[in-house]
Amino acid sequence: MSWEIVIGLEIHAQLSTKSKLFSGAAVGFGAEANTQTTLVDLGMPGALPVFNKEALRMAVMFGHAVNAEIGMTSVFARKNYFYPDLPKGYQTSQMDDPIVGIGHLDVTLEDGTTKRVGITRAHLEEDAGKSLHEDFHGMSGIDLNRSSTPLLEIVSEPDIRSAKEAVAYVKMIHSIVTYLGICDGNMAEGSMRCDVNISLRPKGQEEFGTRTEIKNVNSFRFIEKAIHTEVERQADILEDGGKITQETRLYDPEKDETRSMRSKEDANDYRYFPCPDLLPVVLTQEYVDQIKETLPELPTQKAARFISDYSLSEYDAGVLSSSRPMADYFETVTQTANDAKLSANWVMGELSKLLNQNQIEIANSPVDAKNLGQLLARIKDNTINGKTAKDILLDMWNGEGSADEIIDKKGLKQVTDTAAIETMINDIIAANSAQVEQFRAAEPDKQKKMMGFFMGQIMKASQGKANPGIVTPILMKLLKG
Amino acid sequence: MLEQNISSLVQKLRNKEITSLELTQSYLDKISELNPSLNSYITVCSESALAAAKEADIAIAAGTAGPLAGIPIAHKDLFCTNGIKTTCASKMLSNFVPPYESTVTAKLEQAGAIMLGKTNMDEFAMGSSNENSHFGLVKNPWNTDLVPGGSSGGSAVAVAAGMAVATTGTDTGGSIRQPASFCGITGLKPTYGRVSRFGMIAYASSLDQAGPMARSAEDCAHLMNAIAGFDPQDSTSAEVETQDYLTNLDQPLTGLTIGLPKEYFGEGLEQGVADAIRQAVSEFEKLGAKIKDISLPNLKLSIPAYYVIAPSEASSNLSRFDGVRYGHRCDEPKDLIDMYTRSRAEGFSKEVQKRIMVGTYALSEGYYDAYYLKAQRIRRLIKQDFVNALNEVDVIMGPVAPTTAFAIGSKTDDPVAMYLEDIYTLSVNLAGIPAMSIPAGFSNKMPVGLQIMGDYFTEAKLLNIAHQFQQHTDWHLQTPNMDKGA
Repeated sequence: MSWEIVIGLEIHAQLSTKSKLFSGAAVGFGAEANTQTTLVDLGMPGALPVFNKEALRMAVMFGHAVNAEIGMTSVFARKNYFYPDLPKGYQTSQMDDPIVGIGHLDVTLEDGTTKRVGITRAHLEEDAGKSLHEDFHGMSGIDLNRSSTPLLEIVSEPDIRSAKEAVAYVKMIHSIVTYLGICDGNMAEGSMRCDVNISLRPKGQEEFGTRTEIKNVNSFRFIEKAIHTEVERQADILEDGGKITQETRLYDPEKDETRSMRSKEDANDYRYFPCPDLLPVVLTQEYVDQIKETLPELPTQKAARFISDYSLSEYDAGVLSSSRPMADYFETVTQTANDAKLSANWVMGELSKLLNQNQIEIANSPVDAKNLGQLLARIKDNTINGKTAKDILLDMWNGEGSADEIIDKKGLKQVTDTAAIETMINDIIAANSAQVEQFRAAEPDKQKKMMGFFMGQIMKASQGKANPGIVTPILMKLLKG
Repeated sequence: MLEQNISSLVQKLRNKEITSLELTQSYLDKISELNPSLNSYITVCSESALAAAKEADIAIAAGTAGPLAGIPIAHKDLFCTNGIKTTCASKMLSNFVPPYESTVTAKLEQAGAIMLGKTNMDEFAMGSSNENSHFGLVKNPWNTDLVPGGSSGGSAVAVAAGMAVATTGTDTGGSIRQPASFCGITGLKPTYGRVSRFGMIAYASSLDQAGPMARSAEDCAHLMNAIAGFDPQDSTSAEVETQDYLTNLDQPLTGLTIGLPKEYFGEGLEQGVADAIRQAVSEFEKLGAKIKDISLPNLKLSIPAYYVIAPSEASSNLSRFDGVRYGHRCDEPKDLIDMYTRSRAEGFSKEVQKRIMVGTYALSEGYYDAYYLKAQRIRRLIKQDFVNALNEVDVIMGPVAPTTAFAIGSKTDDPVAMYLEDIYTLSVNLAGIPAMSIPAGFSNKMPVGLQIMGDYFTEAKLLNIAHQFQQHTDWHLQTPNMDKGA
């Protein structure tokens, strides 16, 4: 049978506020256990939460970015359950009245088409602490540094139909929250986590199948793999005439399998009710409008501008606008080099290759955008050719200085003197008479191929410094005799 | 020395007629004498109190003293006190020493008050008789066979028996007013949000409110001056300006309109209590007030609404007592669930467990709408009743409780009878308005409390009305004969 995949996503984005959602404790990754806590985060008796207005601002920003209704009155609710790293015995979240209501996002897919994914809601909630099970000799340790860290939980409609669409959607959310500066997007440190709801239904059927939820998938690649694995598992069961159990599952990337965590029957009754320690959050239209005005250019707007301002292809514009550091980097390179296409090719090509090889984020690139732009400017003004430029980039990557310094130091300035080039070509013709005769006897389209040999010889002789644009017509003329 | 009011004590301290050290020592002596029989204190802080008294004397001499400098008071044992055991009268917290100070106790300390100790209460403020304490029941100084009321029973008894000049209490459904009534003292439950809840161990967050308990309205005004006000650490505290609660005390009551809700004088009200209240009301008429019959039609619904909302919030508020980070943890837990269940079963009394279970049930999926949401709708109706009534009259008066103090053990097996004790007080908490209990006579040789309920943030008006009554009556000056009781 042919199955249609139905996917809905819940993304937890950790908001990059300085302090916690309900206390003044600092938010940060990697601090010594229980040092970033106040009475509130520790759940001490009599401690009371105070709502961080910065988290509110960030949530409203996100709402605007996904074309959503803003909850003018939102209410914090308590989600009650017992867990050792949940110090109050409840998580303060939002239930009936979230800060962000219905919205949508137009996601650009790999093939250039656009897919609209509905946003059901996005709500603010506090994170729990962490249980530590190692080094405690059969006991468990609790670290409450993460307790009450602000999260924005972004819930999508079940509009996604493939793993590729899911990844494109998550990448889009990732780029939006990082563009807005409301989340650092660091998935490895858990700043963005994903719960994937998956079900299958026979193609053409309207009714949804029974879904499973895969919890806490924390990389784009794992999202894709987890979906493939889970879809396969569900399809196998359904095709054998079995039934899917509604449950929460975990994805194990090492074994590439999902396994059951808890079934619906074991699910907690969270006994949500409005938190009596916090007043409803009531917004004015003025406040909501003000925040809208502070919204930076978002990825899709930026891509559109790249196409119109720099005549980039849709694909290039999409790649270059996918993250704010990438887009900022590209724009600086372009402004320095004054050639958008050349800049796009280098940022997406040579630079990205180096970044990927060394697993470095573009924001931390050892070659900054201005320096790369200056290197490209030297290609543009014929000081060097592209091949030399690649070598120089490597030197720059290794910290040997700016493009101009390396060109000077290594004497890499391109030879553009036509007389010198003519002498060089004549020497090569004289030294390779057999090849010259072959060339002269060949058909014109064959000649074109044979040009490569002579170009190679010239570059070798000039140590790569001969300008190919100048060499080619002279070489052709002299070869033809 | 022990029968003085705060104003005259402050005067005598400033005039150096007495020292705070002497005053504090005399209260500590009284505690030593009476507490073994009355059990109104859980913790007595003799050493720190005397040290603070010495400092107060120095500050008074230096002219840098706060308005309550040197005045010995005590706190209900649910206000967290830095470095001093705070138990909530529960086994769960019997060894809990907070590393922080509640706003109420911090403000009183800042005003110069001396903390004598922490007073007994019903466990987690759940109760109307102070029989439900891990540290033993509290006895009424007027008759030690009777209860002092609850949950702030220890605080009421400390004042009534002269073991503190004044005390703090909290009122979730009547827990300041009812024990004040049973013990013949004056108590004020302020408007919800008037006094910070920070550092106050929560029972039902949307109802809990701290307030003063003292011999007179004037003494309550002294404490209110210290504790009222907005607190950025409590999101539900009100950003409404406070006033000097002492300045309006002497305003005459001419033209005051008092509403008497017929629901407060119906079935279940003890005759002697009714008589004392009528007598008090006629006293107000003599002072120039007009009386108007009014109705608060939804009063009866306040009991079911309260006993859904308060336990619901409590079931969540008390979840943090799980044996993980502080408080009681059972011995040798087999696993996590065993640790939770046994720690909580051992740490909480039956009454607390009962309310947690009721609240858990009311919030459960499938029951939430029928219980919690319906109770919230009733709450709005009750609030509206008060708003309507207070459009017609300036204040509302009635009894605090249907009876005077009842016998120890007489209602412990009948929870509904116990809950009915709160019929006249619960609705005030549901509406969030301020209310007082002031001594207004005796029935069966036991004090009767008159309740005065007012509009939001009219504490100064209520104190003024109570003070005027106390200027013309001496019920509040009556003290129990401790020779008989103790």
